[in-house]
Amino acid sequence: MWRRLIGGIAVLGLVGAAAYASFYVAPEERTMGLVQRIFYLHAACGLTMFTAFFICFCSNITYVFRRSAAADALAVSAAEVGLVFSTVNLVTGPIWAHPAWGIWWTWDARLTSAFVLWLLYIAYLLLRTLVEEPERRALLSALFGIFAFLDVPLVYGSIRWWRTQHPQPVLMGGPGSGLEPTMLKVFFFSILAMHALMALLLIDRFGLEKMRGEADIVRRELEAA
Amino acid sequence: MGVLSNTAALLGKELRTEFRSRELLTTTIVFILIVLVLFSFTFDPTVGESRRFGPGLLWLAFLFAASLMLQPCFLRELNNDTLSALRLSVSDPFAIFLAKLGANTLFLLLTELLLLPIFAILYNIPVAAVFAKLVMVFFLGSLGVSTAGTALSAISAQARMRELMLPLLLLPLLTPVLVASTEVTIGLLDRQPFVQWKGVGFLAVFDVVFLTALWIFGEYLLEE
Amino acid sequence: MTPGAVCPTGIRFDDIEKRYGGLYALRRVSLEIAAGECVVLAGRNGSGKTTLLRIAAQLVRPSAGKVSFPGARGAGTNGADGGVRGATAYVAHATMVYDELTAEENLILFARLLGVAAPRERVDALLTEVGLAERRDSLVRTFSRGMRQRMAIARALLREPLVLLLDEPATGLDVQGTAWLAAVLRRMRDSGCTMVMSLHGETEISSLATRAIRLDAGSVVADTRRGASFRSILTFVDA
Repeated sequence: MWRRLIGGIAVLGLVGAAAYASFYVAPEERTMGLVQRIFYLHAACGLTMFTAFFICFCSNITYVFRRSAAADALAVSAAEVGLVFSTVNLVTGPIWAHPAWGIWWTWDARLTSAFVLWLLYIAYLLLRTLVEEPERRALLSALFGIFAFLDVPLVYGSIRWWRTQHPQPVLMGGPGSGLEPTMLKVFFFSILAMHALMALLLIDRFGLEKMRGEADIVRRELEAA
Repeated sequence: MGVLSNTAALLGKELRTEFRSRELLTTTIVFILIVLVLFSFTFDPTVGESRRFGPGLLWLAFLFAASLMLQPCFLRELNNDTLSALRLSVSDPFAIFLAKLGANTLFLLLTELLLLPIFAILYNIPVAAVFAKLVMVFFLGSLGVSTAGTALSAISAQARMRELMLPLLLLPLLTPVLVASTEVTIGLLDRQPFVQWKGVGFLAVFDVVFLTALWIFGEYLLEE
Repeated sequence: MTPGAVCPTGIRFDDIEKRYGGLYALRRVSLEIAAGECVVLAGRNGSGKTTLLRIAAQLVRPSAGKVSFPGARGAGTNGADGGVRGATAYVAHATMVYDELTAEENLILFARLLGVAAPRERVDALLTEVGLAERRDSLVRTFSRGMRQRMAIARALLREPLVLLLDEPATGLDVQGTAWLAAVLRRMRDSGCTMVMSLHGETEISSLATRAIRLDAGSVVADTRRGASFRSILTFVDA
């Protein structure tokens, strides 16, 4: 209990520090001004989302070959947490894009891929609600999760090659390219903070899922008796 | 008794069943036709715009049709539990998938080719000159759609609300196929037709990735 | 039909468990069925009979434990050449044949999948054996329940199984049908095929058995090998 409290405070501290840094430590960007600062949140969420989905992918593979309930619990937790960061990523995109370039949505490779990814993981969670029996649900969603993740590079590739907006809005190039040193440090710090938040949410959600699983087992045993 | 002979036997069964009733083919063709006509009402198809938008709408129609056509794929095997009979009889479960995705690719390709002339007329786009190359891209795209679709059909057959579930799972997954196929088709239907080999290669990669995934995970898709 | 002559095959269940969420369909079932034994599985609905048979057919993967086939040609439980898989036949409630194909088309399909030599001749012989020869070109959809059951048996006998698993095979059969089935199963038993069938009550078919086992709530509660009587197992008297 104390561990969770301390962990929570630490993570909140990190996130707060990252927010502070992105507003006060990072220098103001030349062309876009204040709104550019949302980039630190946006990009960090994007990367964190990807980490979460990767964890989901690994858990899915583990489940298919090992059938451990823990792997399934981790998979759904990672998918949900990833979806949260994905949503923040998608929402901060237009918030940044509109003041910066006058358009709400940019058909940028990363953003569009993120959108398709968001749809895929919504589908993943929806699939889970539509399969009653726990082991069936775990297996089917794991298999879909694997196919979905294998699709990710293909989605990204196809959109980057053929659907990326021209002229390409300069999204800081790639992470780290052409970023001024202080900006870079703030950027990495934001990534760290977001990952810490992800870890916290993941651990919590994982614990919750395991408890739900156990409660479900007891409920089914009672119903059968 | 190997995978290939099993696949051939099962493919024969799939084709025989479908050509006997022709239910899937007729409903799919009519559906695509309706979609194409409806699409044409949503914009004024001057020839220039048709060449730019037409291929995308065509592929979108194919994808929608496929997500409906692929639903019975495994659902009908639940009838009389013939899926168990297949699992007991084949030497490698991958043969079941190969046969089904082969049949689905064929059916999709057939409907696409039957509708191509109608598309050409409705949208005023000449296709005769590049017909063979169109067949190639239709084939590669349909193969991708069928591979992913057959796999996901096995999943959705075991979920509730399965009719809605398959399009929901399949359509986002097929975005790369939609994009790449549309691009290659646009290239082929251009006033100066050209083959976008990047797109063709991309479609081939998609097909290989999902065929491989199906090969590795297929047996788990069929588990009870 | 002389199955089992080459490689008499038994079935062995080692600590089999099958869970569906919190429900146990089977709890730590360990059984050794000798080659050539003809076993009746009795028990109420929901006692785990179907699950046990489907695990033996390798259609269902147990949550724990394993099933093996001592004496079988081919490695352990999953012969790489389909060894055991092809030699195990399963007849269930569902007919497991295609309604949209004819009787002959169905059997030829499965014969080809199983790698039966000279499929056409074998299918011809089987159709005659099960009394469906005149209806070979009719769609299975048009068949009566009894005829469908004959189709199911024919499909099971395609590759001269060494192990025959039957889940309430007489369901829906009339008196004649049951007598015919009993005759077929007697022949299989006498040629050394290992058989496990789940049945309700004492019938012409249960009298073929050399051993009876009763399941209740997923566990073995009585076994003639361990002294229980046939009658008590089959008629659900708590001994």
